[in-house]
Amino acid sequence: MNYKLNYILHLADNALILGHRLSEWCGHGPVLEQDMALTNIALDLVGQSRSLYQLAASIQDEGKTEDDLAYFRDVIDFKNVLLVEQENGDFAQTILRQFLFDAYNFHLYQKLLKSSDKQLSAIAEKSLKEITYHLRWSSEWVIRLGDGTEESNRRINEAIEALWPYAGELFIPATYELEAVKEGLGVDSASLKELWSTEIKNVFDEANLEVPEESWVQKGGKNGIHTEKLGFLLAEMQFLQRAYPGQEW
Amino acid sequence: MENNLEQAFQAKIDREEKIEPKDWMPEAYRKTLIRQISQHAHSEIVGMLPEGNWITRAPSLRRKVALMAKVQDEAGHGLYLYSACETLGINRDTLYEQLHDGTAKYSSIFNYPTLTWADIGAIGWLVDGAAIMNQVPLCRCSYGPYARAMVRVCKEESFHQRQGFEILLTLSKGSDEQKNMLQDAVNRWWWPSVMMFGPSDKDSPHTARSMNWKIKRFTNDELRQKFVDVCYEQAKVLNVKLPDEDIKWNEERGHYDFGAIDWDEFWQVVKGNGPCNKQRVAARKKAWDDGAWVREAALAHSNKRSERLKNKKVA
Repeated sequence: MNYKLNYILHLADNALILGHRLSEWCGHGPVLEQDMALTNIALDLVGQSRSLYQLAASIQDEGKTEDDLAYFRDVIDFKNVLLVEQENGDFAQTILRQFLFDAYNFHLYQKLLKSSDKQLSAIAEKSLKEITYHLRWSSEWVIRLGDGTEESNRRINEAIEALWPYAGELFIPATYELEAVKEGLGVDSASLKELWSTEIKNVFDEANLEVPEESWVQKGGKNGIHTEKLGFLLAEMQFLQRAYPGQEW
Repeated sequence: MENNLEQAFQAKIDREEKIEPKDWMPEAYRKTLIRQISQHAHSEIVGMLPEGNWITRAPSLRRKVALMAKVQDEAGHGLYLYSACETLGINRDTLYEQLHDGTAKYSSIFNYPTLTWADIGAIGWLVDGAAIMNQVPLCRCSYGPYARAMVRVCKEESFHQRQGFEILLTLSKGSDEQKNMLQDAVNRWWWPSVMMFGPSDKDSPHTARSMNWKIKRFTNDELRQKFVDVCYEQAKVLNVKLPDEDIKWNEERGHYDFGAIDWDEFWQVVKGNGPCNKQRVAARKKAWDDGAWVREAALAHSNKRSERLKNKKVA
């Protein structure tokens, strides 16, 4: 049972933390249309996290709510990959983080359609429509930035250098993922690597970007061992609930 | 000739027909509209900042999603309004420059800080409430593109206002700390919201002309009175006190009398001395400047792409 809860929390945390990061852009985007696109994706992701936390709470069956799970767990309890908690940086860094994740998430959710858990496959179906758009948007921007100007090409290359070490973790399954695969609930993330690599290669080719060599992988997020950045994100996000516990808002 | 055109123009307005972008219009009408619509668009965009300030700290996932959607609506309003303004022969980049260099104004209300979560409710209730009072009559404005943009804006604004009121209603039923938060927010936002209707009619030299052109349908003071009357009743539901000792029902007028507005504060904030004027413009300017390379890249890519397509066709 525990693997099931952890698996759903892992999916929910990925969506919430990335959505939260994107929401930091709101009002500060490079052009109004893209400001709206960034917030739109943030909205989709936080919305997806809500459905997943609700499902997790029902699996847990301790009378907890989506907000208990989002606001009253600490860094070591969060199971998101390190990639999604990385700071926004410049627009290139935000785009690349999004693209690396979307390319993974798209294939993951396609397979989750076949999950043995009816609720999870229903969430996957609804989310997939959104994720398909996210991937299209981030792919187009990687191409624009790679192909655009000397400066944009330099910036997206710097983003690749900074974020590439965090991509590998996506494909190293945690124990709860392996158990979820065995039970037909989840997807073997290692099996997505090839699909992901093809997706990255196609877009990078069009963007005049080189796919980096295999390198050292920074990992741990899936098991609650995070970068220092996550604590500050949670401190900000959880402030009101922690300062005035037990209230309705 | 000019005189005949001007008479025909006014006659059209008097018949309640819309003026459209390609119609002849007096230069002063065009200028007034550019000023008013751009000021309105800038207010939407700058207004994203004080509210966006609480997106990362929203107290529940439901509130977080609702606040993001709301701020995104404001961005959308900014877009329609900039587009409406562009029909008058000025482009969006020029309008941004005017915002950044201080020649264009935006609503002074956004120069006040959002200090607690209750401020997000207070902005919805009072600021969006005042905005609706101002904007509903603009749906009948004589300039077609502005009037049509306002129809959609008003629908969304009234949703925001209910959402803000609901945030405050929840606080009003909560702990003592939450009730304090609520009262404190109302104390700080009340007077700036009352000032949102602009100077008193006697100090508003353009009102008569704008009413004649049917850009404006009611005077500043008429709208302000309507706002005070509505809010007084709503404050009772929230169990909060409006920070005005002189507010009381006047049987004879059929309206609430209210205390004197601190016009000195109003003009100080308009002049740039509000608590957040510098930060708001700096944040907008930074977003624009930091985004320059992104916009250049998108343009360069699009040019290269059409060049490649052209070469392909030739080959």
